[in-house]
Amino acid sequence: MIKLESKVPSGNISEKWTNHKFNLKLINPANKRKYTIIVVGTGLAGASASATLGELGYNVLTFTFHDSARRAHSIAAQGGINAAKNYQNDGDSVYRLFYDTVKGGDFRAREANVYRLAEVSGNIIDQCVSQGVPFAREYGGLLDNRSFGGAQVSRTFYARGQTGQQLLIGAVASMNRQIDLGTVKLFTRREMLDLVVIDGQAKGIVVRNLVTGEIEKYSAHAVVLATGGYSNVFFLSTNAMNCNTTAIWRSHKRGALFANPCFTQIHPTCLPLHGESQSKLTLMSESLRNDGRVWVSKIKNDMRQPNDIPEEERDYYLERKYPSFGNLSPRDISSRAAKEVCDEGRGVLGGEAVYLDFRDAIKRLGRNVIEERYGNLFEIYETITGDNPYQVPMKIYPAPHYTMGGLWVDYNLMSNLPGLFVLGEANFSDHGANRLGASALMQGLADGYFIIPYTMGDYLASYKPTLVDTSHPEFEKVKNEVQETTKKLLSIKGKRTVDDIHKQLGRIMWDKVGMARNEKGLKEAISQIRNLREEFWTSVNVPGSGDDVNQTLERAGRLIDYLELGELMAIDALNRNESCGGHFREEYQYEDGEAKRDDENYSYVAAWEFKENFNWELHKENLVFEYVKPAVRSYK
Amino acid sequence: METKILKLKLKIWRQKNANSVGSFVDYDVSVSPDASFLEMLDELNNKLESQGLEPVVFESDCREGICGTCGLVINGQPHGPIPRIATCQLHMRNFKDGDTIWIEPFRAKAFPVIKDLMVDRSGFDKILQAGGYISANVGGAQDANMIPIPKDVASEAFDAAACIGCGACVAACKNASAMLFVSAKISHLGLLPQGQPERYRRVDRMIKVMDELGFGSCTNTYACEAECPKGISVKFIARMNRDYIAAKLKSKTLEQV
Amino acid sequence: MNWLNNFLNSSIGKKFVMAITGSFLLIFLIIHLIGNITLFFGPDAFNGYVKTLDVIKPLIRVIELVLLAAFVFHIFNGFRLWLENKRARPVEYKINGSTENSSIFSRTMFISGSIIFIFLVLHLGTFFWRFNVHDPQQLADAHQYYDIVVGFFQIWWYVLLYIIAMILLGFHLNHGFQSAFQTFGLNSKKYTPLIKKLGTIYAIIMAVGFASMPIYFFLSGGVK
Repeated sequence: MIKLESKVPSGNISEKWTNHKFNLKLINPANKRKYTIIVVGTGLAGASASATLGELGYNVLTFTFHDSARRAHSIAAQGGINAAKNYQNDGDSVYRLFYDTVKGGDFRAREANVYRLAEVSGNIIDQCVSQGVPFAREYGGLLDNRSFGGAQVSRTFYARGQTGQQLLIGAVASMNRQIDLGTVKLFTRREMLDLVVIDGQAKGIVVRNLVTGEIEKYSAHAVVLATGGYSNVFFLSTNAMNCNTTAIWRSHKRGALFANPCFTQIHPTCLPLHGESQSKLTLMSESLRNDGRVWVSKIKNDMRQPNDIPEEERDYYLERKYPSFGNLSPRDISSRAAKEVCDEGRGVLGGEAVYLDFRDAIKRLGRNVIEERYGNLFEIYETITGDNPYQVPMKIYPAPHYTMGGLWVDYNLMSNLPGLFVLGEANFSDHGANRLGASALMQGLADGYFIIPYTMGDYLASYKPTLVDTSHPEFEKVKNEVQETTKKLLSIKGKRTVDDIHKQLGRIMWDKVGMARNEKGLKEAISQIRNLREEFWTSVNVPGSGDDVNQTLERAGRLIDYLELGELMAIDALNRNESCGGHFREEYQYEDGEAKRDDENYSYVAAWEFKENFNWELHKENLVFEYVKPAVRSYK
Repeated sequence: METKILKLKLKIWRQKNANSVGSFVDYDVSVSPDASFLEMLDELNNKLESQGLEPVVFESDCREGICGTCGLVINGQPHGPIPRIATCQLHMRNFKDGDTIWIEPFRAKAFPVIKDLMVDRSGFDKILQAGGYISANVGGAQDANMIPIPKDVASEAFDAAACIGCGACVAACKNASAMLFVSAKISHLGLLPQGQPERYRRVDRMIKVMDELGFGSCTNTYACEAECPKGISVKFIARMNRDYIAAKLKSKTLEQV
Repeated sequence: MNWLNNFLNSSIGKKFVMAITGSFLLIFLIIHLIGNITLFFGPDAFNGYVKTLDVIKPLIRVIELVLLAAFVFHIFNGFRLWLENKRARPVEYKINGSTENSSIFSRTMFISGSIIFIFLVLHLGTFFWRFNVHDPQQLADAHQYYDIVVGFFQIWWYVLLYIIAMILLGFHLNHGFQSAFQTFGLNSKKYTPLIKKLGTIYAIIMAVGFASMPIYFFLSGGVK
């Protein structure tokens, strides 16, 4: 019987983390090198965790499926990273960042975790600057800030439109330093395919060497997963082509609980679809909404070119509906508003896109200022679409971007399986039902730099885990299972390609488990996904062998997990009879179309336990809000 | 919107593995001009897979031009004919109906082919692991605004740090030299005040590893700058030369590596 | 001295040697050209100039040694770099897009250098050897330097080779001039465009200056 213990320390919220850090057990510096820790993933969370654990003296084994740690998808984050520095003297504070994040997450996050995140946010900036991250600066040489959605203060630090890249270069450089010093050993082109659990504790992983095809076993005293989110379940998302859920999903199937899988974020400012061959959706940074105005025509199926639509016939719907936050309304709200106007037939040329217009900003600030702020984003836009956004408004539409759900973790970021820690987007902890812009980078680095180094020591000191040899029968068993799956995939030789099936899954997910959901659709989705899963196992075609580079095999393996996760997302969405954050159930809305939360019945984390034959058992962690009292989330 | 379809002939380098001999194989494709170059290859691969044939191995990840995973030599140019973009940002509207497109992997002794168009660029990381960092443990950082950095210095450091480590510089250079990459990394850290304590040790160690890996030397043709998707300037190579010469000739305390 | 060995054999060290020897040669060429221009002022001017050099022979010998060292290092290092750089790309591209991304001057440094080297051997064999080894006393007494030079400039193939070599010298210098600055680490938004222009002007002056003599004397048939 699983009992969910959040292990949130007692005391005033502002003292919880401080007290907790003091109460956590320590490992003697000389003994740390006797402990081996596996870190899977080298994005912001994984690279920073590897670096920090290495600095402490642990023996770290780090794994990435990329050819280089520098390629993880954190690199694509454009806009920035939040921190409660209050450098702008505009009333920011740790408490305000905490408040904004809990409210932004529509009261479905754990208060204590969020407070801690806000508390360490300032240290993250300090750390990054000391590593040489070239944040934007003012002429006086001090750091510059910009605003982001869901906040009325300027607390976002940025490095042009490439903040994620610069932070990742910094974190990977810190990890490289540990590789140089010998504490971290990096394994590239290795994809984690399973978790090894012995006597209830995570003891190691099984990976596929993506060059030789060999299935390799690695054991450790603890395993840290920092493998990102699962937006690619939609096939088309802003995630990188290779982002996948395999590491966390297979850990889930080994006993780790999956929390709030239906909480997915649809980002409002992405480029609209161009056609069937499209492989992914491109994000345009939310920072564009600082100066860009979002609008559609007031007339349905308006076929005029945007510059021909006069001012009085334009509907600046975000400014109209949410006057105090306007174009900087949070992501879930902006996305849904875009869907609404497009459903009414008022989208660009009657289709699925809205305008993001810089005409007024260029008039007010001059082209040079706009160019300095967004020049590279405008270039990207023009490269992809062939339109010049200085002259013609951008066309944007929402796209799957981030997943708030993930493996359940306690305050120490440990899952219900002792020894299995989950960091960054892969866990569920800090963003509730909706993540605010520029908070993902903050969470990844908070987890890796400032939380795991403390809580890892406590686990090792209190559980005293042993190192199991990889010749242990359980390692062999897991390895055999992985090999069996590979063999099976290669032997089906059906008629459908992996991408073909994945696209079909994506359509089901987008239509029925996407921006708006209802009971009927979700039930249909569940049965359609089950059928598709069956079809996959009889009709997929994976050419080639398992003994060398086989990218189709890699994708097929990932699709297995999406076909299972997709079902759980629908089940979770069906279970949650309310609308909150990124989860919008059409049955639960106010008359003006705003999301209707049900705090009485659903103020809990839905943590799902995997049972035989694709049954899941629901465990609830009740959420208590002592500081930020739940209220209707209004940005009006 | 025109819905014209481009018919193209592709000549793609196929090579089973690092030890085998490769050759060009012809493929005919039809593709929408709105598709990206890699989506065109996706479609080709989907077709090959549906026929039970092994698809063309090529690497890509973010498809937004920032991760540096993709990199093909298209008609003799790394990342194709359009300047300042990665392969994933190249769109088919830049080609004409009936064009023949030659697609080759990055070629360099230090970038051996793994399969088809996929090469091993791990040399870059070996260079970075030999000093491409600032030694700053977590926990001891002072307040971020304690180190004022002039806007233009931060901006120049960023220009260098914008490098995505794709390897196009090596692929474009007639000598397969890695100096643009290495100089970008060295300059990013060397320009900032935080990077000063390790400035000369860093350049000394990184160059040593770079030389050992079999990259060629720079002969200042600047093909690297012309092909770099991020437009990294060769002025950083000059800067690196200066730092290296200083490290070797000036510094007395530096341990020689 | 291990550090020096390390430095000179490193990729940047080898470039440094190319640049420093090249810079020396750049200066040498200016002096050489100024001296040669005396040819245009008739036999007395030229013979007088050569004679002056004779007077300061010991100093000239020292400069010649340095010059020799510069040439040897420049050529040896250049050859070594070429060989190593070839090895850095064992498999060539089927289609080479280098015309799209680099200048012809920079790509042809090895070829232009090689042909200039062949010219140099011939050049030394004709003028230098004759002036210095082949009974110099007799030449000096008779003031025959001018006649020898002008005599060579009547041979069509010699003149042709001379001109080709000077065009390639121009190519070589055009790239080499700015390249040396880059190798020494002198590259800035502000000055580099100016350096590149100066390099081109320098290369044109050298190529045209040196080539003008054989052309003039060939066309004028050696009339005094």
